[in-house]
Amino acid sequence: MTRTMWDSSVGKKTVMAVSGLIMLLYLAVHMFGNLKIFFGAGDFNHYAHWLRTIGEPFMHYEWTLWVIRVVLVLAVVAHATSAYQLSRRDIKARPSKYVHARPRASYATRTMRWGGIILGLFIVWHILDLTTGTVHSGGFQPGHPYQNVVDTFSTWYGNVIYIVAMLALGLHIQHGFWSAAQTLGVGSRTRDRVLKIIANALAVILTAGFIAVPVGVMTGLVA
Amino acid sequence: MKLTLRVWRQKNADAEGAMSTYEVDGISSDMSFLEMLDTLNEELILKGEDPVAFDHDCREGICGACSLVINGDAHGPERTTTCQLHMRAFKDGDTIDIEPWRAAAFPVVKDLVVDRSAFDRIIQAGGYVTAPTGAAPEAHSTPVPKADADFAFEHAECIGCGACVAACPNGAAMLFTSAKINHLNVLPQGAPERESRVLDMVAQMDEEGFGGCTLTGECATACPKGIPLMSITGMNKEWLRATRKAGKR
Repeated sequence: MTRTMWDSSVGKKTVMAVSGLIMLLYLAVHMFGNLKIFFGAGDFNHYAHWLRTIGEPFMHYEWTLWVIRVVLVLAVVAHATSAYQLSRRDIKARPSKYVHARPRASYATRTMRWGGIILGLFIVWHILDLTTGTVHSGGFQPGHPYQNVVDTFSTWYGNVIYIVAMLALGLHIQHGFWSAAQTLGVGSRTRDRVLKIIANALAVILTAGFIAVPVGVMTGLVA
Repeated sequence: MKLTLRVWRQKNADAEGAMSTYEVDGISSDMSFLEMLDTLNEELILKGEDPVAFDHDCREGICGACSLVINGDAHGPERTTTCQLHMRAFKDGDTIDIEPWRAAAFPVVKDLVVDRSAFDRIIQAGGYVTAPTGAAPEAHSTPVPKADADFAFEHAECIGCGACVAACPNGAAMLFTSAKINHLNVLPQGAPERESRVLDMVAQMDEEGFGGCTLTGECATACPKGIPLMSITGMNKEWLRATRKAGKR
């Protein structure tokens, strides 16, 4: 069954849909967690520390976090690999363009591939910036995420990279969520309106929720 | 009406093609698009030039033979087949671009004619029922719920013209394949091959070098028969169901 899945274009889309939904679920939790920053350094740092102690004493320190990280890495790899292979196939299937060209489909639909690449690069930067601190501006302090976040969003490029990536995320989710429903065969004419509303709502809420943090730092609400 | 036509001319499958410009005069707005091309071809023949090759057959919008991309739209600006498109959709002095279907799986044979036998092979992979053939059976011998009959009819409307492939930015044949699968899979007559049909037809579709669906919706917009985009959702559902069942065996 695994072979049939991966060998078929429909199966690969299923892999994309499922891995995308896993990441979407994580993002919803991540965005909600981020908002603790508006309650001050104490609350935010306490929340960040709790992430490492989830499931104790059954799970050892950071075990749950590592389980989540492994699942996410698998989801990203599966999503990107199937996207790459399906895109290669799509481009090969349409070798010559029409002379009379016109813009096709919605902006969100047309930017799925570029948007995906932007998001992939963003994830790398985001981890190097706020998890490992490798490319962090100023002195990265492990265990003091509040200060680290303020440092990142005190630089112009930190804000630009983050906000551009979050806008790309919104567009990606808007088309991606609805598409995942079609790929998994749960879309229907009666459900279509609801699915589109959920897709738009998820896109707007997640983008706004994430961008609230740099905006908070810029306006001095978070300092 | 006086029109400027820019037409894709290509001697054969291996030749390089290019757009050629022609002027046609005295076009009536009541002519069909194909009659307008007939007028051009008559002039070309009288001048001793090679007429423009294009596919056509019934000219009634039911056979699926005509296949032109007009000003970037498969079958032109109206939601119908090229043969049912009339010149009243254009204005005097217009420049019209005419191109063949573009897809790796639909190679150009000559000018505006493409080879669509990839569709035939997808049908051969499972787009049929293995019921005994012969005289038409008594209509009520196999009862079909009204909703299922309507669903099957809606998908059976597909005439296999390939406009979905031509319109799709990925050259995908998902709408065609899904229309054929949904049409048969919902009916009791199609039930014995319900799983093998969807698995085999999707596999053949991939094998022919068609792209995949990115849900741009271009196919359903171009379809002269109004096959809905949700048809693809239905095919995905059938495919996942069949794959699950095959895994259990």
